[in-house]
Amino acid sequence: MSIDLEQFHETFFEESFEGLDIMESGLLELEQGDVDLENINTIFRSAHSIKGGSGTFGFTAVAEFTHDMETLLDQMRNGERQVSASVVDTLLGCVDVLRSMLNAIKDGSEIDADNVADMTNALKGILGGESNSEDTAEESTSSTVPAKGWSVLFKPELDIMKTGNDTVRLLRELNSLADRVEVLVDNESLPTLDDIDPEECYQSWNINLIGGDVTEDDIIEVFAWVDDECELKITALADEENYTGVDRRDEERRESAAPDRRAIERRNKPAKATESSSIRVNISKVDELINMVGELVITQSMLSQFGEDENFNETHIERLKDGLTQLETHTRELQESVMRIRMMPISFAFQRFPRLVHDLSSQFEKKIELIMTGETTELDKTVLEKIGDPLVHLVRNSLDHGIEAPDVRVQNGKSETGMIELSAYHQGGNIVIEIKDDGAGLNKAKILEKAKQNGLVNQDDRLSDDQIYDLVFRPGFSTADVVSDVSGRGVGMDVVRRNIRELGGMVEVKSTPGKGSVFTIRLPLTLAILDGQLVGIGEETYILPVISIIESLQVKPECINEVAGNAEVYRLRDEYIPIVRLYQIFGIEPKSAVLDEGLLVVVEAEGKKIAVFVDELLGQQQVVIKSLKTNFKKVEGLSGATILGDGTVALIIDIAELIDLYQKDMASVVSIKGGGLAA
Amino acid sequence: MANILAVDDSSSMRQMVAFTLKGAGYQVVEAADGQEALNKAKSQSFDLIITDVNMPIMDGITFIKNLRGEANYKFTPMLMLTTESSSDKKAAGKAAGATGWIVKPFNPDQLLNTVKKVLG
Repeated sequence: MSIDLEQFHETFFEESFEGLDIMESGLLELEQGDVDLENINTIFRSAHSIKGGSGTFGFTAVAEFTHDMETLLDQMRNGERQVSASVVDTLLGCVDVLRSMLNAIKDGSEIDADNVADMTNALKGILGGESNSEDTAEESTSSTVPAKGWSVLFKPELDIMKTGNDTVRLLRELNSLADRVEVLVDNESLPTLDDIDPEECYQSWNINLIGGDVTEDDIIEVFAWVDDECELKITALADEENYTGVDRRDEERRESAAPDRRAIERRNKPAKATESSSIRVNISKVDELINMVGELVITQSMLSQFGEDENFNETHIERLKDGLTQLETHTRELQESVMRIRMMPISFAFQRFPRLVHDLSSQFEKKIELIMTGETTELDKTVLEKIGDPLVHLVRNSLDHGIEAPDVRVQNGKSETGMIELSAYHQGGNIVIEIKDDGAGLNKAKILEKAKQNGLVNQDDRLSDDQIYDLVFRPGFSTADVVSDVSGRGVGMDVVRRNIRELGGMVEVKSTPGKGSVFTIRLPLTLAILDGQLVGIGEETYILPVISIIESLQVKPECINEVAGNAEVYRLRDEYIPIVRLYQIFGIEPKSAVLDEGLLVVVEAEGKKIAVFVDELLGQQQVVIKSLKTNFKKVEGLSGATILGDGTVALIIDIAELIDLYQKDMASVVSIKGGGLAA
Repeated sequence: MANILAVDDSSSMRQMVAFTLKGAGYQVVEAADGQEALNKAKSQSFDLIITDVNMPIMDGITFIKNLRGEANYKFTPMLMLTTESSSDKKAAGKAAGATGWIVKPFNPDQLLNTVKKVLG
């Protein structure tokens, strides 16, 4: 029976990468002086599983490499080896090499042999060149075949059956080896019936194996499980005729080598075809779904009764309405449950940071404590995958530019060790991720100077602190010169903001000189669905994300102020909020261009507020977002489109981009900020 | 048909073992660690136990030791999945009541041969 092992590769890779992550975080904990035996055990288990799996699935190189790691970890586990920084560093290096090996195998590309060799040598160096002779030492017994056969004396101990071993099985196996088997039972030590314990074995056997190319190893193998529970004597039967047999072991070896070779050949083929991203789903989430589908089926059958009823009359209408309400509830719940399947804890994105901070802090010679909270906060898998890089950038940034060198910190009366705090939590329908450091804060003067150099602001512009800080996200504003020159990643903060916006999110920064900075990222829980406010302008319907709406109001003419250069602002309580006439931006015909004949919807994005002028509010509903980029092309100011209940298409407005658009339109005449204009 | 309990914390190994055995017509129940396996073993009966040694929560040797103490499992064959190098593990397993072992890495055919031998 042949089984295609390739079908398990996907699972193997998945769990191996998980195992590597576990090893990495375990090793980082170790390093902080926390020599917890359970922790070492966990690391050992991960290495052990990868070794076992890679051996089984034919990835010999990985198995060999892991073997040395395992040996080292085993020594640490048994207390034979001290946990030192250099050992931990080497093991961390091994984790990296292992990860790249697995990646290479997965993609069908070449393994970086030099890298592997270097790391293997480093491991061997620590292990002190101890050989793994243990593996081979056991197999030095003879494999010759005596001419006639073997005589075997098998005298089990009384307890042999208590480990589940069965003497009959052993005899049966011997029987299958040779051409002819003669068995002699020795009942000598059998006690009287009264004294017999049925769970013990009192007999012994004399077995002659005749013919069949049996080697001594074959016989030893039969008794391998019980060799500590019996007396075993194997002797060659008296030689009578000249016997020429093929060495059976050689043949076996050839056979067992064959599938290995097959596996290696297969590995070299491009594995792309089988690549599919999978997601692990908790059973309870699936049960919930099944439950919801059951409810839907009930509602459906209830509704279909009306369709079949020929005497449909008004009395039925109430019940029909009930049914439709139920249908709506169930559909919504089903939708939520389906969404929940895609949800994964943010720890998947966070787990790389201990390592990153560890590596970078030694690189920059800074002392950093990383605090992470809210790792169990869940968000959509796609968002999770895409948020990783922006987060890395922000953390690097905090570490590089934010946290000061230890001596500077001490001079400023701070503790030597800087702190970076990563936290995630839910707020409304959003997930909020904060990257907080207790470093020097952003350098306002430098940012402003740079922005003036680059023409991002005019020489005589007066900007609030928040507006200045926000400049770091502008394109053309290289972070390289902001506070220090250590950067060289080729990614600016504008890319961070763009990536986050692509996910429908926003990022802003707050900073206090000398105290530190906080970068706040807000992300939608999912990319697929949005709570939308439908608004009408002329013949068109647009959708504003409910999450960014602060309030909607009727216009009081006395609150409208005209600012130089055509800009209008609306005084709302103590704030002046710029009015954005959507019909102007999108070039369509409104029902009315007179402000007090329509409505203002006050929206906020990235700390900025605008009042969007629309003809009417139509209603709120959840809308499924269809990408404009994939179906048409990216349109500035729009995050996508959706299909409404009546089949028409409505465009979804991206508030942050709309504000940008408006600002471009107004050039630098009017500045916008969180608190409105300074009056 | 014989009912087999397959215990391993590595899901790829577990899948492989279960798939192979099911393909040969055995019934297979899976468990991810010793404790889960012990609970499952107590709630139904098995003709053969195949368990990994290194597992979180409860390792294979503790599991075997506990299960061997149960009246129903006094003579049930229990096999450990172990690597060649761990000869002391084999001895510890035997002391705990293991019947024998299957040496990792193994291929499906080796697994089936061993299982067939044990179950007769």
